[in-house]
Amino acid sequence: MADNTRELDLDTFRTRFDQKAERSHWMSLHELGDEESFFASVSEEFPQQAVPLNDGVDRRDFVKLMGSSLALAGLSACTVPQEKIVPYVRQPENMVPGKPLFFATAMTLGGVATGVLVESHMGRPTKIEGNPDHPGSMGATDVFTQASILGLYDPDRAKTVRHLGNITTWTNFLGALGTELKPLKDAAGEGIAILTEHVTSPTLGAQMKTLLAALPKARWHQYEPHGRDNDLEGSRLAFGGAFASTWYAFDKADVVVSIDADFLASGPGSVRYARDFMSKRRVRRGTSSANRLYSIETMPTPTGTAADHRLPLKPSEIEKFAFALGGAFGVGPGASLGSEHDAWLKAVAKDLESSRGRSIVIAGPEQPAAVHALAHAINETLGNTGVTVFHSDPIDAAPAIGRESLRQLSADMAAGKVRVLLMVGVNPVFDAPADFGFAAALDKVPFRASLSLYFDETAELCHWHVPQTHYLESWGDARAFDGTTSIVQPLIAPLYNGRDAHELFAILTDDANMPYDIVRNYWKAQKPGLDFEASWNKWLRDGVIEGTALTPRAMPVALGAIAPSNRSGDVEVSFRPDPAVYDGRFANNAWLQELPKPITKLTWDNAALMSPATATKLGLVGDRGLPGEGNEQNLHLWSRRAPVIEIKHGSRALKVAAWVVPGHPDGAITLHTGYGRTRGGSVASPKEKAKGGGFNAYALRTSDALGYAVTQVVIAEGDYQLACTQLHHVMPDDRDIVRSGTLEEFTKNPALAEVHEGPHSGEMSLYPKWESETGYKWGLAVDTTVCTGCNGCVIACHAENNIAIVGKPQVMMGRELHWMRIDTYYKGSMKSPEFSVNQPLMCQHCENAPCEPVCPVEATSHSTEGLNEMTYNRCVGTRYCANNCPYKVRRFNYFQFADWDTESLKLMRNPDVTVRSRGVMEKCSLCVQRINAARIDAEREGRRIRDGEIRTACQAACPTQAIVFGDVADPNSVVSKLKAEPHSYRVLEEVNTNPRTSYLGAVRNKNKEIAG
Amino acid sequence: MQIFPRSANAIARASIVGGAALVGFLGFLLYMLQQSPYVTQQGVALEQPVPFSHQHHVSGLGIDCRYCHTSVETSNFAGIPPVATCMNCHKEIWTNAKMLEPIREAYRSGVAIQWERLHRTPDFVQFNHSIHVAKGIGCVSCHGRVDQMQLTYQAEPMSMGWCLQCHRSPEKFVRPRDKVYDMAWKADDQQALGAQLVKEYRIQSKTNCSVCHY
Repeated sequence: MADNTRELDLDTFRTRFDQKAERSHWMSLHELGDEESFFASVSEEFPQQAVPLNDGVDRRDFVKLMGSSLALAGLSACTVPQEKIVPYVRQPENMVPGKPLFFATAMTLGGVATGVLVESHMGRPTKIEGNPDHPGSMGATDVFTQASILGLYDPDRAKTVRHLGNITTWTNFLGALGTELKPLKDAAGEGIAILTEHVTSPTLGAQMKTLLAALPKARWHQYEPHGRDNDLEGSRLAFGGAFASTWYAFDKADVVVSIDADFLASGPGSVRYARDFMSKRRVRRGTSSANRLYSIETMPTPTGTAADHRLPLKPSEIEKFAFALGGAFGVGPGASLGSEHDAWLKAVAKDLESSRGRSIVIAGPEQPAAVHALAHAINETLGNTGVTVFHSDPIDAAPAIGRESLRQLSADMAAGKVRVLLMVGVNPVFDAPADFGFAAALDKVPFRASLSLYFDETAELCHWHVPQTHYLESWGDARAFDGTTSIVQPLIAPLYNGRDAHELFAILTDDANMPYDIVRNYWKAQKPGLDFEASWNKWLRDGVIEGTALTPRAMPVALGAIAPSNRSGDVEVSFRPDPAVYDGRFANNAWLQELPKPITKLTWDNAALMSPATATKLGLVGDRGLPGEGNEQNLHLWSRRAPVIEIKHGSRALKVAAWVVPGHPDGAITLHTGYGRTRGGSVASPKEKAKGGGFNAYALRTSDALGYAVTQVVIAEGDYQLACTQLHHVMPDDRDIVRSGTLEEFTKNPALAEVHEGPHSGEMSLYPKWESETGYKWGLAVDTTVCTGCNGCVIACHAENNIAIVGKPQVMMGRELHWMRIDTYYKGSMKSPEFSVNQPLMCQHCENAPCEPVCPVEATSHSTEGLNEMTYNRCVGTRYCANNCPYKVRRFNYFQFADWDTESLKLMRNPDVTVRSRGVMEKCSLCVQRINAARIDAEREGRRIRDGEIRTACQAACPTQAIVFGDVADPNSVVSKLKAEPHSYRVLEEVNTNPRTSYLGAVRNKNKEIAG
Repeated sequence: MQIFPRSANAIARASIVGGAALVGFLGFLLYMLQQSPYVTQQGVALEQPVPFSHQHHVSGLGIDCRYCHTSVETSNFAGIPPVATCMNCHKEIWTNAKMLEPIREAYRSGVAIQWERLHRTPDFVQFNHSIHVAKGIGCVSCHGRVDQMQLTYQAEPMSMGWCLQCHRSPEKFVRPRDKVYDMAWKADDQQALGAQLVKEYRIQSKTNCSVCHY
């Protein structure tokens, strides 16, 4: 390893930083601060070899393992294992063995649906694609949707009904529930409480209505730790007490101001919004105008990286900014922002003013209600309402402020008023505001039952736990961000006899129907005039019920008295849902855990994220040394050993690892929730701390500080290892790996860079040129202008290609297996980088591939169509190829990372892709299984493959259509046209690799009135 | 003192040569073993739940391959018929045959029959029936004279080298599309016909690794 122990004081660091940052892109502070040691360390292709090959196996075990594996190897080579063929007794109609079928359904998050098409192989759902007919998807998906397939097959899911932890049956549960409910039902339901997530399902809403009509004294509570409370309260503030849903038409907006809204990558409708927003900034030859995005936020988000101007502000200042912006348009009481950001604000206001009716001001879900109300008012003042911004009745079946609803429930429970509590799909013991004392209050309920996917923290404190069905196992319905309703249909029978909310609530109202009939009966009653069977089949086929989108309503703004909360302090901690595990519900999803999070590239953990200056101020950089670490103190923040701090919020305290993020405002810390699960499953709550698990931010999050808390921070003892992939597989060279510039610069010099010296375009080669036998030449083009770094592609690739998970200790050695990574580069100052560019990087499929000549066994070779092929069964694991790859896109199976034993995971795998064993190299294949399938279809029909017929998994998932695959031999294909753009370039093309993958430089539409 | 007699020199020399030869021979044996039916299972008929005779059904009764193997023209998998297909006829004939009891039992109970797989490619090989059929490769080329098999067995070694014979020189094996299911057909002049068909059917000699391995 490189010499990481050299002393480096902050001033030297800053000087070097400034020198370098101005002239080129940078990836990490580490790189800027200490170039020599940084590049020395990453130039070793396998830094992971510096650590012992495997920890925990000593010589004796090694000999044993080798002995047994040799014996096994000998045995298995003798004969081919015998397999059975089990055909159907009666084959279902339309089922062709070996051909996948696609079914439309919808996944909900926070109650809001994203339409999906699920690929099913012989009855096994294996892959999620977006539904092009669904307004919330438009054919793309986010990370959570992609990863939900692993959630279905998760071996840690609850498998049986439990009573006091012991295995029992559903019948027993029904018996016990019936006995308990009988006296309460006679008393009009007094003492019955039900807790759910936010519900948009019309059927469930109708069921609850029936239930509450029959039992008027029963109480229905809804809670989500990151719900739409502020949106709903904001609408009430703005529209004189009426609840409303708001949605946006970003394809009609020229100027967008995002007040802490990560609308491009999280929240309801974000997949659609990303598509719409980016449709206005597809910079092509001659483009001279584009939309403009101003982002005001604390933690850098994907939206922030795509923004033209990003203003990092502390949480308390963001609120102030919103008031000041309102003041600029004569809305609300206004506020003074201070001289530092005043010019910025004025320029934004001017830009908005000049784009009346073509702009959007959007407030983030964590912003207080007043900011939402202000955004509504500003939009109305600017004439945006009805053009780019729409209000309608709420999509919720029964809108409720989750915070207040749960507060009421906690109080009722503590007062002993709740006799029976039924919780569906929630985990409040883990994620309720810390001041509610939910767990203690829960103890006072004589009969409590939880219906959820996992036997979690809440289930542990309940008398009864019933396994819930996954959405891929259930019937139901749900609304999208604009109200469009989808029928949720199951892809597979419940794996573990799960039950769902429809069934449970039907029992409460003595309805004997099963969920399928409940949903059908509801819709039959809703649409009386239709030929129901035909319509029902059409809805199932399309994945949407036509005409269910809510009609926008004119809702005049009647802004009541609003005032900023005036909570501020030296260190403000902002709470956000985690970009990978969300509020904790996906914490047991290993794909999401190992996913390098946007910006931070942390895996398996969360951390207290802060700016370098804040870290310095807190004393994390400076004199403090780590025990036994010599002089590393000045660099430890940028290496893997993170110092631990203690954050105190009132009487509550949390010890958490600190981590530095460029672009984070000073005086603030961002904590992502969802980590620190105590009973989340083997992935979420590993037994050994070294395997991750993170820190529970909910411990600090109180109901009066759900967005941010004013805290004190002290340094705590010890340090913590974080697995960050930002510096893995770095291309250590200053050769315009990413290119970025302003729209103005693009107009002047469309290449966005100087042209480099060197033999271009692969003219020079000792090897014979490849001639495509079939005429196809496959290639990829990636538009970095529109890439937000949301990671949808990375998880889609995971799901499509059976990629294994390696675990935190292995990630720390740089052994993660993701076939593609998203590198984030910055240009400009450390405090607020002028440019942030996301570059998805996968195998570049070089025509002069450096990996190919060095393979001693020809395991990696070139197809005549230009694919750089990887033949696993030939690979003997020399790793020469990875060593010779300038893009560092090859991944090696150091161990048997693929799980070959867990039965449920066998069902999940894509049968068209080999599951790799240990000792073989793997990498992006350009989804060759999809190419071959399309080629076979085309050849069988005697035609050429059509442009757009093949979509790689990453391309299909991408919400912004940043990735395009196609035939570069066809000058009319979309990919060829992209490659002909003036700002198209190939990474490291001067080294003569002649890659088939090209990138479009990132163009940002800067406002000249704002410096930087 | 002389311990070894002079003749030991000759033995030493011979053992050097002999040793090398032995290693070579053992290697050759291993190579032969890999190609032998012991490993490839070529020609081995496995015991099936019902001793189904292709000879009887195809040659005797004239049933087309595609009556049972329905997806051979559309999918990678040719398809093993569901029990319901057997019962189309066996509801009417041989209704009491003891041999067919497993079929009737499966039909009654809905519990599928487990057949022994005969033709198996390794997990890292992807094979697609439909494209081979569409490009004029006859059933017989890979499966042998199934119409003459009383008990079905794997007629060819199914090794990579065997696949490559055709992938390198398809003209030696390709036949007109309407003769694909004809087990007895033989070309008069395969060289001439093959070359013509390769052109007509746009057959590429697919030897890229990623055609089968991915």
